[in-house]
Amino acid sequence: MLDEKRVTLTRMAAGQSGTIVHIEGGYGMADRLAALGIRPGKRITKVSSLFMRGPVTIEVDRVQVAIGFGMARRVLVDLG
Amino acid sequence: MIASNYPGTTVGYTRGFMKLGGERVEVIDVPGTYTLEPTCEAEEIALRLLETGDAVINVVNATNLERSLYLTLQLLERKVPVVVALNMWDETAHRGIHIDVEKLKELLGVPVVCTVATTGQGIKELAESLPRATRPAMTVRSRDERWAAIGNILDQIQRLTHRHHTWLERLGDATAKPLTGGMIALAILVGAFVVVRFVGESLIGFVFDPVFSNLWTPVLLKVSGLLGGSGFLHNIVIGKIIAGEVNFVESFGLLSSGLYVPFAMVLPYILSFYLVLGVLEDVGYLPRLAVLLDTLMHRLGLHGYAIIPTLLGLGCNVPAIVGTRILESKRERFIAATLISIAVPCAALQAMIFGLVGKHGGHYVVMVYATLFAVWIALGYILHHAVKGFTPELLIEIPPYRLPSWRVVLQKLWMRSYGFLAEAVPIILGAILVINVLYAVGTFDAIANFTAPVVTGLLGLPKEAVTALVVGFLRKDVAVGMLAPLSLSAEQLVVGSVVLAAFFPCIATFVVLLRELGVVNMLKSVAVMISTALLTGALLHVIL
Repeated sequence: MLDEKRVTLTRMAAGQSGTIVHIEGGYGMADRLAALGIRPGKRITKVSSLFMRGPVTIEVDRVQVAIGFGMARRVLVDLG
Repeated sequence: MIASNYPGTTVGYTRGFMKLGGERVEVIDVPGTYTLEPTCEAEEIALRLLETGDAVINVVNATNLERSLYLTLQLLERKVPVVVALNMWDETAHRGIHIDVEKLKELLGVPVVCTVATTGQGIKELAESLPRATRPAMTVRSRDERWAAIGNILDQIQRLTHRHHTWLERLGDATAKPLTGGMIALAILVGAFVVVRFVGESLIGFVFDPVFSNLWTPVLLKVSGLLGGSGFLHNIVIGKIIAGEVNFVESFGLLSSGLYVPFAMVLPYILSFYLVLGVLEDVGYLPRLAVLLDTLMHRLGLHGYAIIPTLLGLGCNVPAIVGTRILESKRERFIAATLISIAVPCAALQAMIFGLVGKHGGHYVVMVYATLFAVWIALGYILHHAVKGFTPELLIEIPPYRLPSWRVVLQKLWMRSYGFLAEAVPIILGAILVINVLYAVGTFDAIANFTAPVVTGLLGLPKEAVTALVVGFLRKDVAVGMLAPLSLSAEQLVVGSVVLAAFFPCIATFVVLLRELGVVNMLKSVAVMISTALLTGALLHVIL
C-alpha cells in the first residue's frame, strides 16, 4: 500500500521536514551520504532545490548539505 | 595557517616541526577525512599516514559532534594514542550548543581540549596535552554499533537550545534558492570584477607608476649614460631607450621591464584579486556558487565544485591545477585542468591585457574575456562528450555564512602575494635575459620566418609576433609585453592576447600539468591547447 507521506528528496517542497526512511543504492553511495549525516532515521529539512535537475539543499544536524539530483532522487523520506 | 571553508582542500599533506617539551617533533597535517573507510584518494592517504604517527590530534568539529565522533571512535579502536581538539568552540555558543567537556573526556578516555583555530585559542593547551595522549583501545565496532554509541555519548554530553535565525542565515537561504541565488551570484561576480579592477588600477596609478616614473627613471637614465646609451650590455640591463625616455613596457631591460612588469603591472592585480577571493572564501560563498553552477558544469563534464579551482585560475593557473585534486574522478581532473590552462587567464596575463589592450578601449578587453569564456564553454562541452569516464554527483557541506576574519584574509593575501613575487620575479628576469640573448643571436628571426605562413595567414599578425608565442612558454605576461613594440591594431592585439592565453602553458603551469595528469594525458592536453588556440585565433581574425 502506497504511503502518501513517503516521498523522495526531490519531490519534497522547500521548507518541509521529514525523517529519512531508506536510501536506494549500494554501500558506496550510502557511505558517502552517511559520512555527512544522511542516514535512515535522521530528521532533515529541505531548504531548496534548483530547477533543471539541479542539486537539492537540505539541513541535517543543523548543517546544510547540497546533494546532486541523481542521489537525492534515491533518498526516501517520511514527511511530518 | 590557511583555513579555507571547503572540505578536502588539504589534499596532499604538509609537514612542519615544533618544539614539544624540549624535543623537536614533526607535525603532519593529514588530508581531511570523516571516516577511516576511505571513499576517495585523500582519505586513502590519510589512512596510510595514520600508520606512521606516534600520536594523533583528532580535530573534531564541536558544532557537528555527531559526524566528527564517528572518526574519533574509529581512531580510538586502533593502536595509536589520541588527543581530541574540540574545534570551532566559539561557534557552539552562537548556535546554542552546550557540551559537557569533562563528561566527554570520561567517556572517550583521552584528553580533550577546546580550541578555536582561527584565533589560536587553546592551541597551547593542545600541544601541552600531547604527552598525555592515550589509546583506550576500544573494542572494534560495526558501523551501526558506532552510530548507536555516538548517540549514547551525545545524549550524555550535548544539550541544544533554540536560537533565532540570524540575518546571515536568511541571506544564506536567499543565495541558495535558484532565482535570487542566480541574480545574487551575477551581482557578486560583477561586483568582484569591478572591485578587483578598481583596486588594481588605483594601486598602479597612485602608488607604483609614480614610484617608477619619478624615482626610478632618473636612476635608470644615469646608468644608461654610464653604459654608453646602447650596445649589448646596455640593452640587457636597461633595454632600448626610445626617444630619450624609458618606456617600461617596451624597453625589455632587466632593470626596466624586468622590475616594472612584476611590480607595477602584475602585483597590483595579484593583491586586489586575492583580497577579493580571500573575502569570498572566508565568508563561505564559494560552496553556494558551486551548487548554483552544478547543473551547468555537468554539461561540461565537471562537478559544481570544479568552479573553485577554476576561479583560483584567475589568480594563477598553478595552484588552480593543483587544486583540481579535490575532484574525484580522473576524467574531471583532466577536463578541469585542460580548461583552466586554455581558457582561464591568470592575473598576470590579465593585468597585461588590461594594460595593453585596454589602451585601445574597454570593449576590446571585453572581447578577449568573452572569447575566452566562450572557449571555456564550447571546449568543455566537446570534452564532456569526447572524454570517457564519469563525473560523480555533487555532495558537499555548505558552511554557514560568517563575517570574514580580516586576520585570516590578510594572512592569506600576504602568503599568496609573497609566493607570487618569490616565484615570478626570478623567472621574469631570466626570461628577459634569455630573450635579449636570442634577439642578439638572431634565433627569433629564424623562427619568425619559419612560422610566418601560419602566423600571418591564419592569425593576421606580423610574423614577429611568433616571438611572443615562444616567450609565452616562459611567462605569459612578458609575452603579451612583447606584442607592444609591434604597433598592432586593436583587433590584432585581441587575437594575439587570446592566442597567447590559450596556447602552450607557461613553464610553471607546464610542470604542474605534467605532475597532475601524467605524460600521456599531458600530451593530449597540449594537443587540445594548440589546436584550440590556433582555431580560435583564426576565427577571431576572420570575424574582426
